[in-house]
Amino acid sequence: MAKLTFQGGIHPYDGKDLSKDRPIRDILPKGELVYPLSQHIGAPARAIVAVGDRVLAGQKIAESGGFVSAPIYASVSGTVKAVEPRRVVSGDMVMSIVVENDELYEDVGFYPVAPPDKLSREEIIDIIREAGIVGMGGAGFPTHVKLSPKEPEKIEYVIANCAECEPYLTSDYRRMMEEPEKLIGGLKIMLRLFEGAQGILAVEDNKPDCISLLRQLVREEPGISVKALKTKYPQGGERTLIYAVTGRKINSTMLPADVGCIVNNVDTVVAIYRAVVEGRPLMERIVTVTGDAVASPGNFRVKIGTSYEQILEAAGGFREPPEKVVCGGPMMGIAMSDLKVPATKTSTALLAFTKDEVSMIEPGPCINCGRCVEVCPGRVIPSRLADYAERFDEQAFLDNFGMECCECGCCSYICPARRPLTQEIKSMRKILLAKKKR
Amino acid sequence: MNKLLKVSSNPHVRSQMTTSSIMLSVIVALMPAAGFGIYHFGPRAALVILVSVLGTVGAETLYWAFLRFVCGQKDRKNTVWDLSAVVTGLLLALNLPVGIPLWMAVLGGIFAIVAVKMLFGGLGQNFMNPALAARCFLLISFPARMTDFVCDACTGATPLAALKAGEQVNVRDMVFGFTGGTIGETSAIAIAAGACILLLLGIIDLRIPASYLVTVALFAGIFGGRGFDPNYISAQLAGGGLMLGAFFMATDYVTRPITGKGQYVYGVILGLLTGIFRIFGPGAEGVSYAILLGNLLVPLIEKYTRPTAFGYRKRGARSGK
Repeated sequence: MAKLTFQGGIHPYDGKDLSKDRPIRDILPKGELVYPLSQHIGAPARAIVAVGDRVLAGQKIAESGGFVSAPIYASVSGTVKAVEPRRVVSGDMVMSIVVENDELYEDVGFYPVAPPDKLSREEIIDIIREAGIVGMGGAGFPTHVKLSPKEPEKIEYVIANCAECEPYLTSDYRRMMEEPEKLIGGLKIMLRLFEGAQGILAVEDNKPDCISLLRQLVREEPGISVKALKTKYPQGGERTLIYAVTGRKINSTMLPADVGCIVNNVDTVVAIYRAVVEGRPLMERIVTVTGDAVASPGNFRVKIGTSYEQILEAAGGFREPPEKVVCGGPMMGIAMSDLKVPATKTSTALLAFTKDEVSMIEPGPCINCGRCVEVCPGRVIPSRLADYAERFDEQAFLDNFGMECCECGCCSYICPARRPLTQEIKSMRKILLAKKKR
Repeated sequence: MNKLLKVSSNPHVRSQMTTSSIMLSVIVALMPAAGFGIYHFGPRAALVILVSVLGTVGAETLYWAFLRFVCGQKDRKNTVWDLSAVVTGLLLALNLPVGIPLWMAVLGGIFAIVAVKMLFGGLGQNFMNPALAARCFLLISFPARMTDFVCDACTGATPLAALKAGEQVNVRDMVFGFTGGTIGETSAIAIAAGACILLLLGIIDLRIPASYLVTVALFAGIFGGRGFDPNYISAQLAGGGLMLGAFFMATDYVTRPITGKGQYVYGVILGLLTGIFRIFGPGAEGVSYAILLGNLLVPLIEKYTRPTAFGYRKRGARSGK
């Protein structure tokens, strides 16, 4: 049963007004484009071009490195300049293919394999895998893996995650307003994979224009409905979304398919449409550039591999020197130390703030107020988990469901003592996950 | 860009509420009760409140100065600015009779801060409510002065004592607060007004106060010997320190369970203890001891009301990704 919301969550300042009415603009990059071989969860891709090779836009430059992996395509034409470790958003050095853009934007020519209704289930999934599509909401999980559950006949809901619950982000909103037919077309292709499943467009109710537009467009589609979810962060998290739409609950050890659901973000669904219907591999995405330090906030169609510096330039550069620049939303995004890093398949936004609130606050002792417990969508006790993490009490951390944290940041956001709860829990989880892998 | 960017872990935005803003809200919410106390008991009530607050704030500052300058803990900051010491001093004063010698109020303040709070690690670490612990400390040390509720504005016995002796009480006076008692406990309306502020600001919720008050009402109805006589039940609810305790002391963050379910259990336990103390105990009062005893049960309550994480059915099921 649809609940349309979930227990917990917060209502941060949403800041979407800065960029929500700015139509998507194209950015034509200059100079070099950098394609990290690891822009997804799973095995890194393997480079199949060598230094000196000329590549065209839409040409595969790295092939999938395993089942859970994805190929990478050049987004411009030019010459391969280097295959070397380059810095990425997280600050790590990652093996990357560097292409010097010749600014001719020659492409390989895109042709669909066959009309979508002529394609079989396997063919569709093949096209999606070959197109290098991964979860573009931020996680980067290869989409073809998601679409290949063990028991496909048990899938009852195919959900397009149109919540866009992160403050400031408007890229999905713009996409839905400007290209809704591609979103719906992509959803229809996914529905072909799961006979009998219902298609659901799950939108937060802070986007009423979007909801009515989509409702209008799916009026004639019996298998697709639009669900207006209550606006609350993190409504767009996979677990909270599935609960809001179906009333079903999954924990961190389960997959959406375990409760008959497939969830994909707006940009991912559009990428599926473009791959299947237009024959285009994943080469670009929509990025919101916003924040009070940005001269002219907006939404941009960015060729993957473009440096953040150029994306920022397209938005008029900095109005004031920023104190903090974030890749992604303010709740889960990564603070960047350097703008000379490439946008990848999972880059949703570039935020620049003139003030960094976090550096101005001073953590105090926990007063046990319980606000973190109230807001935690994972229904754990963040303040206690942070204590266990601080003491490195592995047993207590696990016994109290520490691994269920989705790192959404609600506890840190709400904490009146300003404790870095998310950070503590996140670090502990990272250590324990690494330990498990070993 | 000639300035280095700041980096930190997510999230990059924070809510506006802070520990000191919460404490300030509690102080504001206690103003109706304090104001009525001063109006009802006269200017000396204001003096007791002032002295008690100075006692707690002074004690915390001296304790900090001792650690900072005598023990050489150079990084230690004076924590009075979080305003929790002011709340403790105010609550303590509202739990004292107006005629108490001023030095006793100061002593209570020092006990609350030093013995109950700071020695256990300061704010957030105390396992008992400091104001209530100090009140009980004074009650045990100076029983006569602490139960001397005679004043110009009121007759001898408190309504609860009269009730226990089988006399009739004027419930209307109790609701408005024109009765004997400690400075801040007499007016149910003034306390309720303050509680509304806290409820509206989201500082407290009704879990503990509601389960506490309902349990006391049921207990009094069943065991009080007068059945569910509305007059008697309302007198039990409005009398003594119950209103002040239920809304301002049982809800003290540090000393109540953090789990939602645990808070209901805690409220019910406080209600049962209060009922037992009031009806079967030798005295007419019972709220302070009930809450202090309840404080000690908090770890146990939390242990058995640990929430089950989202997506799990059974309690005790472990997550191992």
